[in-house]
Amino acid sequence: MLNVNLHNLKLKNPVMTASGTFGYGEEFADFIDLNRLGGFVVKGTTGTHREGNPYPRMVETPSGMLNSVGLQNGGVEKFCTEVYHRIKHLDTNIIVNVSGSSIEEYCTVAEQVDALDKIPAIELNISCPNVKHGGMGFGTQPGMAAEVVAAVRKVYHKTLIVKLSPNVTDIAEIAKAVEGAGADSVSLINTLLGMAIDIERRRPCMANVTGGLSGPAVKPVAVRMVWQVAKAVKIPVVGLGGICTAEDAIEFLMAGATAIEVGTANFIDPAATIKIVDGMETWCKNHGINDINEIIGII
Amino acid sequence: MKEIHNFTILQRRQLGSQYFALTLQHAGNMQPVLPGQFVEVQVDGVREVMLRRPISIHDADPERGTLTLLVQTVGRGTRRLAELREGDRLNLVYPLGHGFTTDIAPGSRVLMVGGGAGIAPLLMLSKVLKAKGVACTVLLGGRTAELIPVRDEFEPYATVGIATDDGSLGHHGLVTTHPAFAEPYDMIYTCGPTPMMKAVARAAAERGVCCEVSLENMMACGVGACLCCVTDTDQGHRCVCKEGPVFDISTMKKWYQC
Repeated sequence: MLNVNLHNLKLKNPVMTASGTFGYGEEFADFIDLNRLGGFVVKGTTGTHREGNPYPRMVETPSGMLNSVGLQNGGVEKFCTEVYHRIKHLDTNIIVNVSGSSIEEYCTVAEQVDALDKIPAIELNISCPNVKHGGMGFGTQPGMAAEVVAAVRKVYHKTLIVKLSPNVTDIAEIAKAVEGAGADSVSLINTLLGMAIDIERRRPCMANVTGGLSGPAVKPVAVRMVWQVAKAVKIPVVGLGGICTAEDAIEFLMAGATAIEVGTANFIDPAATIKIVDGMETWCKNHGINDINEIIGII
Repeated sequence: MKEIHNFTILQRRQLGSQYFALTLQHAGNMQPVLPGQFVEVQVDGVREVMLRRPISIHDADPERGTLTLLVQTVGRGTRRLAELREGDRLNLVYPLGHGFTTDIAPGSRVLMVGGGAGIAPLLMLSKVLKAKGVACTVLLGGRTAELIPVRDEFEPYATVGIATDDGSLGHHGLVTTHPAFAEPYDMIYTCGPTPMMKAVARAAAERGVCCEVSLENMMACGVGACLCCVTDTDQGHRCVCKEGPVFDISTMKKWYQC
């Protein structure tokens, strides 16, 4: 009933998790059965170990939160030699979010992850707003976005999802550029660049001053962008941005998403993903829908 | 094993103007909890306070299946928690984090230094250590007497010393200038305001005494997934929620020396 195909990936349901909100899955194993997810996206992985940004790194805002973690991670080698072996037995699609500061770094990471049997896809992060070099810089101009995707396409042979930034004038234009460069799918939206000030201390709330806004606050923006992109490209779209409930997920599917990612909601309820899976099934039953694909992109 | 559970508020005690304590009843078999661990409390989901709030475990009774949280009203989240009444439900993710070392030889002498809301996790710690035959001294500091709640609760388990900034109770001055602070100990634990913990850590390092600090930070996930709550350590950034909140100062020179 909930099965969907995302390019070559077969998902048992459309529910995945957003990079950076779900660690390597293991952190949530006490709360949910990871095998029930359509897939999960592990945290942003770079060519070498990164310490990330100084702290404080987050602040809660109305119906959302700002974060500026700055891609703290152990590097691709540590992922391939340690983390991968702890999670590869799971019966779900494990997707690695690939990040970098240069085209060479993106390619290096993608090439190493390509060799891992149990990783059927990568999500190319050309939209991180919290790193000084690279990141969102690659995702805000169609030419640059196409260039990095084309380079990774040459070295990566499995499903290539490209994660798009909402911090652009026309997201459909970027989506078309990466589709033309060989992307198999696009996921959107990454966080919206934001800022908050502690007025008593007269200082920015975060050490990095600006950060990425996520949570229910961004959902209407995300639904709008998913709808625009789904109309503009032929490749499948993964929708994310503030999804907390099954109803939110269904809204994204109607807007044109084939699958969705749950992010900030994992912090509110560590079992949110499974509740969304169960809720989607109930919704389909109550509405006489035998195949969730019937509602994808109906708007 | 961590779990998500709806506890019922069995008792609410107001402790002066800023503090209150909630005793929570588990409906079934409560997971084992250790001194220094914490819980993530759901305040009201996405309506006004979206993220959970990390609150340290003040006391636990595994037989009765109860947890007690000591909370200081400081911001939006804790103000909403203060409105809860007996009989209300409270959803917790627990037990979280790495707690205090309790593997201490009988007959040892330990010091616990707590300031403000940081006194909360020291009660369960002193209970557990007292049961092991460890002699505990607890020094509690605050701006005024009113801001040192629950000092009586420590009396059965520890020798209690008080220090207040205004001299309204006990020693007049910082806890680190209390006469009992200068005595010899086998181990020192501290939880409270950062400047106080750094002063305690530096003093312990100078004396060559083992010391653990329990840190606090803005937190989102509570399980080491989002990397929002990091602190500096000698090994780089580490999550307060997962690698902490309790850290051994032998790995924290970079933190306490600045």
